[in-house]
Amino acid sequence: MLHIINKSPFENNSLLSCLRVASAAKGHAILFIEDGVYGVMQGTAVEKSVRDAMANMAVYALNPDLEARGVQGRVMDGVKLVDYDGFVDLVAEHDNVQSWL
Amino acid sequence: MSEEMDMDEGGTVKKFMFVNRKAPYGTIYALEGLEVVLISAAFDQDVSLAFLDDGVYELVKGQNTKAVEMKNFSSTYRALEGYDIEKLYVERESLEARGLSEGDLLVDVQILSAAEMGEMMAAQDVVISF
Amino acid sequence: MALEVNGKTYETDEEGFLLNLNDWNEDVAKALAQGENIDMTENHWEVINFLREYYNEYQIAPAVRVLTKAIGKKLGPEKGNSKYLYDLFPFGPGKQACKIAGLPKPTGCI
Repeated sequence: MLHIINKSPFENNSLLSCLRVASAAKGHAILFIEDGVYGVMQGTAVEKSVRDAMANMAVYALNPDLEARGVQGRVMDGVKLVDYDGFVDLVAEHDNVQSWL
Repeated sequence: MSEEMDMDEGGTVKKFMFVNRKAPYGTIYALEGLEVVLISAAFDQDVSLAFLDDGVYELVKGQNTKAVEMKNFSSTYRALEGYDIEKLYVERESLEARGLSEGDLLVDVQILSAAEMGEMMAAQDVVISF
Repeated sequence: MALEVNGKTYETDEEGFLLNLNDWNEDVAKALAQGENIDMTENHWEVINFLREYYNEYQIAPAVRVLTKAIGKKLGPEKGNSKYLYDLFPFGPGKQACKIAGLPKPTGCI
């Protein structure tokens, strides 16, 4: 299952809830888009949670959204960057998708 | 959602999960979500509901909206059984974080751990969040 | 739109459903039934009262399928079937009976 996070982790708890549910089970991946991309930056209060989750699941972020926000140089190691085509591929590769609000 | 739904007679039954993560009266999400669930019941699909985060507040007993002059839709969750929607899952961690337990809820639910909830979500054909 | 009964005016939507649940009384119901060309009998009232009780308990007007099943459970199988309900309310128990009962249109009823 592909989880999509589009809100800043400092605005609401979608990211932490998603990680809680998804990282404990197998076969989940997470894609950060829009304001969600702040969740893959180094040095934030959620870095450790995201890093822990990375042990169990693939983590992707949408590069155009990182660039737009000027944070593309501060992404944690291990996060795979995708463009819009990559976004479409991810959705197609997974059996189902959940967009967290 | 770009899922194609086959609603012909004898069509494929898909597993739909509606994920509720918002408290009932502060925003319209919970009520709108419930209406979508009721409508979905008409299509004879395999429907389940998940309650996480503030969504668990939707199911708290004893809601009384008289003074705020809003519709008390908490009673409607008790009608779901009549609509053959009987799979209601509540995440234990969300309940506990809010100081609630199963006895505080107004319908029978199945309590799942975060990991079990993750597995349940992964097993769906379509997951829709409210 | 509006409905006039005994010199009083009641607000309705464009399809003739009462806007205010509390406006309902038996005379209003009779007037709404007349608009649907339905002569109210004991059997009609039984369904109308059932619907109002259902709404009071669950805060929604039930889908037809759910209404049929619930009526069968409470009033017996000879009443809990589509034929019986459609004979009473030929244009659909959901739409017509809910209107006469002063309830909103059932969710999912198009």
